[in-house]
Amino acid sequence: MDTAQQAVLTIDGLQILLDALRQRGYRVVGPTVRDQAIVYDDIASIDDLPRGWTDEQDGGHYRLIGRDDEALFGYTVGPHSWKKFLHPPLLRLWSAEHDGQGVRVVAEPDPDERFAFIGVRSCELHAIAIQDKVFLGGAHVDPHYRARRQDAFIIAVNCGQAGGTCFCVSMNTGPKAKAGFDLALTEVVGDSGHIFVVEAATDAGLTVLAEVPHRLATQEEADAAESVVTQTAASMGREMHSDDVHELLLRNLENPRWNDVAQRCLTCANCTMVCPTCFCTSVEDSSDLARAESSRSRRWDSCFTMDFSYIHGGSVRASSRSRYRQWMTHKLATWLDQFGTSGCVGCGRCITWCPVGIDITEEVRAIRDSEQH
Amino acid sequence: MAPPPEPPVHGRTPPDPMVPCVARVRRRRRDAPQVWTLDLEVDGGDGTKNFPFAPGQFNMLTVFGVGEVPISLSGDPAKPGCLVHTVRAVGAVSDALARLGPGDPVGLRGPFGAGWPMTEAAGRDVVIVAGGLGLAPLRPALYQLFAGRARYGKIVLLYGARSPDDILFRREIESWRRRLDIEIEVTVDHASSVWHGHVGVVTTLISRADFDPLHAIALVCGPEVMMRFAITALRHSGLDDQSIYLSMERNMKCAIGFCGHCQFGPVFVCRDGPVFRHDRVQSLLALKEI
Repeated sequence: MDTAQQAVLTIDGLQILLDALRQRGYRVVGPTVRDQAIVYDDIASIDDLPRGWTDEQDGGHYRLIGRDDEALFGYTVGPHSWKKFLHPPLLRLWSAEHDGQGVRVVAEPDPDERFAFIGVRSCELHAIAIQDKVFLGGAHVDPHYRARRQDAFIIAVNCGQAGGTCFCVSMNTGPKAKAGFDLALTEVVGDSGHIFVVEAATDAGLTVLAEVPHRLATQEEADAAESVVTQTAASMGREMHSDDVHELLLRNLENPRWNDVAQRCLTCANCTMVCPTCFCTSVEDSSDLARAESSRSRRWDSCFTMDFSYIHGGSVRASSRSRYRQWMTHKLATWLDQFGTSGCVGCGRCITWCPVGIDITEEVRAIRDSEQH
Repeated sequence: MAPPPEPPVHGRTPPDPMVPCVARVRRRRRDAPQVWTLDLEVDGGDGTKNFPFAPGQFNMLTVFGVGEVPISLSGDPAKPGCLVHTVRAVGAVSDALARLGPGDPVGLRGPFGAGWPMTEAAGRDVVIVAGGLGLAPLRPALYQLFAGRARYGKIVLLYGARSPDDILFRREIESWRRRLDIEIEVTVDHASSVWHGHVGVVTTLISRADFDPLHAIALVCGPEVMMRFAITALRHSGLDDQSIYLSMERNMKCAIGFCGHCQFGPVFVCRDGPVFRHDRVQSLLALKEI
């Protein structure tokens, strides 16, 4: 099989694929149900996948509900994203040993694990590509990100349905996985059975696939897979007119709408925690009581906190208005200036997980509409 | 596998930019209330203690077990073996830094950032406007101007401090006055009757200073509000926005564009600054809470 051809895997074939990855030494992680949500965690077998579950999403609303079929990937994205593995929420950077007058600083060693990500959605592939630019594309490289990223094996899944807060079509990031994966699956559940149409994009993907029983896809199967994605693309829960949003926001930095959203925003930072591209961090130092050992850790931080912009005398962004504006203008506008890409992939997590249901697409629309009046 | 944009360098892992090296305090002296200058020396190892930097750059200094803060280099770039930092003790880390004594270890990363436009300054009058601790990151520029004095036109230093006690590098400023090839005006916000110098904000000195605005370059550092007024006064004197440079301050946790804290609109102050040409940040400076 070459990369242009599509293959078909059965459910059993998918299990063998996961086994093949594990035998190659990968730490296999994927979607699983926990605490009434679909989260990303270690996957021992396909039985750990959220079989027969789907999700219902809206502003400030997320519920798992049962499906009337046995689909393994019949939902969209949950509160987790793959950044929790590539850019860990808490990471020790170094430790220092003090002996008398000397100090020895020891860098944190690279992890000795390689990840295989199962079920990465197209929007998430784009999010990973965006964080690649942040951590690998500049003058400095983050060695921690690189160590986790460079050997990762990625199995994408083309979305079989759109969530209520999805708008990847508006951001040109989905729903079909086009690049950045080793294998891409389209799950087809129908009267004729339950199959995965597989596309291999890399040699590594082809090599692993060769170890797994599969057959070439028929034209009908390939067409069925294509129509799954087409239907998903046609049923986005949200949309955002994104081509001119950079200019729109930057000429509206004093728009009264920022006051309006500030009345609702709790500055809780949920949106930044669930966002698959938000990369901001802070550092914390700690030591034992004798100060014989100390260390520095890096943890996710959020531009919604007061501490984030604190310089002696006070925070630069003291008002919630300015903090919401910072987040949204960075995500949709200044990100382009910094990294040549939008920081938004249209996954909808910030809408779903906002406790008061603030909707980034609605806020853009309101600012746009305010210019019409 | 899906390749990241930059493949790893084979055979050699570049050093982790977040891991500090260990420097040592050689000397500490008090410059003003709560303000201390530390001379640091980088631990040997490669046989050299040299640490080249450009005027206006900063280092990230760690007090082990306490934390890390950005501190600008305030020493002479021509003496790269001695790393001078002037610190005001205003927070947990800067307070701990200011308490260090000779021999104490300090974690050091750097130097970071874009410094003062020393090349662009050649052949022009140089107007330096400093407020408070803002004189510290400008001192390396002054050293370089003095070292190549013939290459520049008039040099003007306008410096404002809160009170006479708060004037940094006081003895050194007096020695610069004796050079006669630099105009120095110092003002304080408030003073008792023993002070015979200017009283008032530093920006009022700009209109009285002697320089040719059409052939001058201005280097400004101080509290943001002072810089805004200084820029207004400089423009009023006839300088254009391409000839005014300022050094910005923001919260920083990494100094390499990863932590996100120092964003100022589209720029990262740590990486794209801290020194900016005014026309590049002009629209942002006019806004509150950016």
